[in-house]
Amino acid sequence: MSEILASTPKGHIEVRNFSLAYETIEGPVQAVTDTQIHVKPGEFVSIVGPSGCGKSTLLNAVAGFLKPTTGIVTVDGERVNGPSAERGMVFQQYSLFPWKTVRENVEFGLKMRGMPRSQRERAARTLLGLAGLEAFEKHYPEKLSGGMKQRVGIVRALATGPKVLLLDEPFGALDAQTRVIMQQILTNMWQRLKISVLFVTHDIDEAIFLSDRVYCMTARPGSIKAEIPIPLERPRQQSMMMSSEFLALRRGLMSLIREESLKAMGGEINDMGMQGLSIELHGHSLADVI
Amino acid sequence: MSSPALVRHPEDSMPATAIAEAGPAPAATPPAAPPSFGTLALRWYRLNRAGLRAIAIGVTSLIAFLLVWHLLTTYRVVFFVRFTNVPSPLAVYASFSKAMHDPKFLMHILLSCRRIFIGFSLAAIVGVPLGLIMGRFKLVHEIIFPVAEVLRPIPAIAWVPMAIMLWPTNEQSIVFITFLGSFFPILVNTLHGMSLVDPVLVRAAQCLGARERSIFREVYFPASLPHIFTGLTVGMGVAWVSLIAAEMISGQYGIGYFTWEAYSLVQYADIALGMIAIGVLGLGSSLFIRGAGRLVMPWRTT
Ligand SMILES: Nc1ncnc2c1ncn2[C@@H]1O[C@H](COP(=O)(O)OP(=O)(O)OP(=O)(O)O)[C@@H](O)[C@H]1O
Ligand SMILES: [Mg+2]
Repeated sequence: MSEILASTPKGHIEVRNFSLAYETIEGPVQAVTDTQIHVKPGEFVSIVGPSGCGKSTLLNAVAGFLKPTTGIVTVDGERVNGPSAERGMVFQQYSLFPWKTVRENVEFGLKMRGMPRSQRERAARTLLGLAGLEAFEKHYPEKLSGGMKQRVGIVRALATGPKVLLLDEPFGALDAQTRVIMQQILTNMWQRLKISVLFVTHDIDEAIFLSDRVYCMTARPGSIKAEIPIPLERPRQQSMMMSSEFLALRRGLMSLIREESLKAMGGEINDMGMQGLSIELHGHSLADVI
Repeated sequence: MSSPALVRHPEDSMPATAIAEAGPAPAATPPAAPPSFGTLALRWYRLNRAGLRAIAIGVTSLIAFLLVWHLLTTYRVVFFVRFTNVPSPLAVYASFSKAMHDPKFLMHILLSCRRIFIGFSLAAIVGVPLGLIMGRFKLVHEIIFPVAEVLRPIPAIAWVPMAIMLWPTNEQSIVFITFLGSFFPILVNTLHGMSLVDPVLVRAAQCLGARERSIFREVYFPASLPHIFTGLTVGMGVAWVSLIAAEMISGQYGIGYFTWEAYSLVQYADIALGMIAIGVLGLGSSLFIRGAGRLVMPWRTT
């Protein structure tokens, strides 16, 4: 546990001159081009952008599932060349092992590391306690609600004491209330563990509420359009979402994304006309509509 | 997001969040006073009503079947099909009581069971690992799959002459046929299960530090288990089909041989007795596989 609850922040992510193209029959599909991002140790950074702009691609490259076509990904100065327990990942599709109980799921990473059973049981219980899940340790994932599944997913990814936590739209499938609670839990754990977080979302409010910094990506081929620091103080309260500071940030990000989303959808909606679309979207987040 | 009700949510209160979610929360049911026997029985009845109904209807339909059989044979109905020589249920029962005390009949059954046990076990021991390895390693798949595809459509019965040539004893060739019958369904279903393993689960395991061998043991194998058990169930059915055919053709013992011999010896009641014994044994063995599946896959409650 001492390792998991470390006191010095760690996990410096650097992505430099990054580009990635998928090989297809019709030739290479450029998903991401010319991208630089970094996450300082202990920082919480979000990536937002229109659908299909390459957010998942970028995150999967940091995780080590995809090799960059050009450029380099490093964590704490070490080059990433494959998935590892140093970089925990939470997927949108829950991805718990259905044949393992909640506790066995959380123990998995520790088991892979060769930790003796009694020791990892104790560690898993402690972590489940932190997430308010101790009553469900013997349940199979199938029996849990979406929010609980994702909480287990987060706890499982954190159990091995990774340097960074990567999340790809982890709350995308949850209802609004559950989502708020999950955001709170994630913030809580992040602050305790002092690791860096790279968080992909299409929800602008979520990005602002959680992050120290937000990267906004352009439409495909994706690159970084803007980098927005979020100076809101912590701990953050739900009530801050009504503050003028928050709303100003929201407006700024929203217009950035709207521009890109219209670009991304340009080919598909040319007959409908931009005007009709912008009226329809008034007051809503475009990302929600998409 | 802007709903005012959400603003009141207490910050940093983890335990409160557990309650806030919808979903199964058995821990939250309050301990009530112990209900009386009457209420318990009523509740049990309500929960199991569908099951009880199915049992009641099932028993009735079995009785109706016996009754129709009885009537058809006592009145020796001839209507396209001839029931003149078909034994009545009572005659079959009489021959059953006699057979129960006949060590020869019991030996027929025992030998058939032994052949199934050996042939089927071998098929499972070879088929499941082979399917897992073929599913994981492309080269093995590419080498073995074409041969398997050519051999697979050949019914086990068509193997009888070849089996007799291949194996020195009759016993071995019968077991071989049983093996072949169950081998292909087991192999094909295991392969199918492997091809359906969710790649996200493999990625999740990799992110948690799992290496090739652990991923195989902790992800691919358990993820394929439901299909492996489908294969075992189907394989068990085909094993019986193949066994009975082989015994009828080349056997000296076994329940298939018993049934065929009864026909040659004009002991009509024994024909039906053999058939029913085969049915019961087949049913029993597939129930056994299903029970084993439940034990091995406790996460699949449905
Ligand atoms: N395996 C693949 N082969 C070819 N093209 C792909 C592949 N995976 C993704 N792409 C394309 O690359 C682009 C970026 O995909 P990616 O999944 O990274 O986008 P995203 O920003 O995560 O989108 P979303 O918001 O829908 O999750 C998309 O246009 C997609 O069509
Ligand atoms: Mg994505």
